[in-house]
Amino acid sequence: MLDIKNLSASVGGAEILHDLSLSVGTGEVHAIMGPNGSGKSTLAQVIAGRDDYEVTGGSVTLDGEDLLDLDPEERAREGVFLGFQYPVEIPGVNNAYLLKAAVNAQRAHRGLDEIDAFEFLKLAKEKMALLGMDQKFLNRGVNEGFSGGEKKRNEILQMAMLEPRLAILDETDSGLDIDALKAVAHGVNALRSPERSIVLVTHYQRLLDYIQPDHVHVLSGGKIVRSGDKTLATELEERGYDWLKEAANG
Amino acid sequence: MATESEELESLVNRRYEHGFVTDIEMDTLPPGLNEDVIRAISARKNEPEFMLEWRLKAYRMWLQMREPEWAHVHYPPIDFDAISYFAAPKSDADRPKSLDEVDPKLLETYDKLGIPLHERARLAGVAVDAVFDSVSVATTFKEKLSEAGVIFCSFSEAVENHPELVRKYLGSVVPQRDNYYAALNSAVFSDGSFVYVPKGVRCPMELSTYFRINSANTGQFERTLIIADEGSYVSYLEGCTAPMRDENQLHAAVVELVALKDAEIKYSTVQNWYPGDEEGKGGIYNFVTKRGDCRGANSKISWTQVETGSAITWKYPSCILRGDNSVGEFYSVAVANNFQQADTGTKMIHIGKNTSSTIVSKGISAGKAQNAYRGLVKVMPQADGARNHTQCDSLLIGKECGAHTFPYMEIKNQGAKVEHEATTSKISADQLFYCRQRGLSEEDAVNMIVNGFCKEVFNELPMEFAVEAQALLNVSLEGAVG
Repeated sequence: MLDIKNLSASVGGAEILHDLSLSVGTGEVHAIMGPNGSGKSTLAQVIAGRDDYEVTGGSVTLDGEDLLDLDPEERAREGVFLGFQYPVEIPGVNNAYLLKAAVNAQRAHRGLDEIDAFEFLKLAKEKMALLGMDQKFLNRGVNEGFSGGEKKRNEILQMAMLEPRLAILDETDSGLDIDALKAVAHGVNALRSPERSIVLVTHYQRLLDYIQPDHVHVLSGGKIVRSGDKTLATELEERGYDWLKEAANG
Repeated sequence: MATESEELESLVNRRYEHGFVTDIEMDTLPPGLNEDVIRAISARKNEPEFMLEWRLKAYRMWLQMREPEWAHVHYPPIDFDAISYFAAPKSDADRPKSLDEVDPKLLETYDKLGIPLHERARLAGVAVDAVFDSVSVATTFKEKLSEAGVIFCSFSEAVENHPELVRKYLGSVVPQRDNYYAALNSAVFSDGSFVYVPKGVRCPMELSTYFRINSANTGQFERTLIIADEGSYVSYLEGCTAPMRDENQLHAAVVELVALKDAEIKYSTVQNWYPGDEEGKGGIYNFVTKRGDCRGANSKISWTQVETGSAITWKYPSCILRGDNSVGEFYSVAVANNFQQADTGTKMIHIGKNTSSTIVSKGISAGKAQNAYRGLVKVMPQADGARNHTQCDSLLIGKECGAHTFPYMEIKNQGAKVEHEATTSKISADQLFYCRQRGLSEEDAVNMIVNGFCKEVFNELPMEFAVEAQALLNVSLEGAVG
């Protein structure tokens, strides 16, 4: 599935990721944890193709296909989805319009006809029911005036509609109260499938109480310093990150 | 996207089926302007004496006036003596012989807008001798209108058949001395449109310049006069989404609207004159005076415009809110790309009591273009209870373009409520990346964001126009990013 080998990336001349390697198997859920500034969001953005970051070495492949050669939209059409930490507002563009354009861009890539309006609406309603979302969502401007919880739920709705092969959720839990967190977690769990890999990027262990990962990795100083099962997350909650930083430096 | 463009194509096709009839029994006067030229124009149009006097008066005023220099636009001086003020349509010998001789970029644009082949030739100025069958459609159309008592004809026909209406209303909104270009237009205008909607009549269809017969080549000095009598309603569509080639660089039109008691006029424009090539060469100078007079109580005039063309646009559709409770609206999208310059906005003059006005202006600048909003809200001392809301948003695409806002307010009544909001934003890298991460191409993402930005204005356009305007915007901004 996702194979990252010896990846190095920098922004404005400063190297953020150093020689990072990570493998995520099909159907697995991995959590990437780490202190602020460890490079978690950079990793997510590099996989999705944000051009502010320069890849200086290594490779990223999805089912053997080189992702680094592709534009962000090509990666998306290949089934890479990034749930944003800070979803942007696009005033005047309604949610349904963006969703439909996104679904159709991916369908076109797969040689499928455009989805018709009825089919689209049916699908969207189905997914929204799954996520406990109000249908009025569809007619609102993209993230326009959304609360933090609504924005994150909207990300999960997009993910549900696009059915990616690989979903990277960047700090999806940040800024959520407990009810919103549960709702988002419920959505993610509903989308777990043997065909889909999910990477959760998070600072806190809290999210992992609701979404049980198969593997947990700790990112510090731009590389993976420790990997383990979900008990590693509990250990981090108790001991913090400092002992790992020391271990990495020493 | 495909369904949308198919839909568009069918709309465009439908509209263009109607075709044009052109009058080619004209000859050309030598370049230059003097009283003899004006007499000649009037004589050739068989105008009554009052029209000639009106033109001469305008000409004498024009001679005393100076070209305005206050707009935020730059261009070399215009030589008014080099212009021929009465020109026959180009003879076939001077035109491109076929589409092969036309700028391929222009053809590409026609293709993207889905303009039918035979129309492309006409728009590009190719000599074509086929006359498209427009007679049947036009006849049905005219019958329907005359049943309702609506007069819709060329200005020349109106002068001939309804001189009393022309005499009463011509220049009553935009007087000859109003400004330099209005004075010039008043002296030499060639033709234009005339609409009269009688008392209590709701015009049974949207009137469009497409349906106007025998006035396709009204040239550079066009004159439009629309009168909505008491309790009537009319919606008028002006312009064309296809970029039109024109030999005349200077265009100075005048549009006058008169709404009497309880009447409403909705005037929508899509302007897409040739903006010049990518270096800005050869584009049209569009210096237009448009004004509406809400003369009666409870009347309403609404301007909606989508301006994407011309090298230079200088245009301020305005409302004089004379009647009590009258309403003025201005909704505008102005796009400037490459080297285009636009200085556009509106004036709302509140005179009657409880008058209200709304201004929504969306300026989009890309490339090296300069886009200025210039607006005046004036509240006279007697205008108790006047209200205005102005919203003025600018969107910048790229680093070399500019947006400028010049709001003027003259408030002479203490009780007036005037609000002004202005924003300037850029299409952010975050927005683009967000859309691309969802699978949209960069171009589609830009189009979507821009269309979202313009939504409030597009909502005001008649349905068919709105779809065309959206497609037009996409084409206008092509290559603006990346």
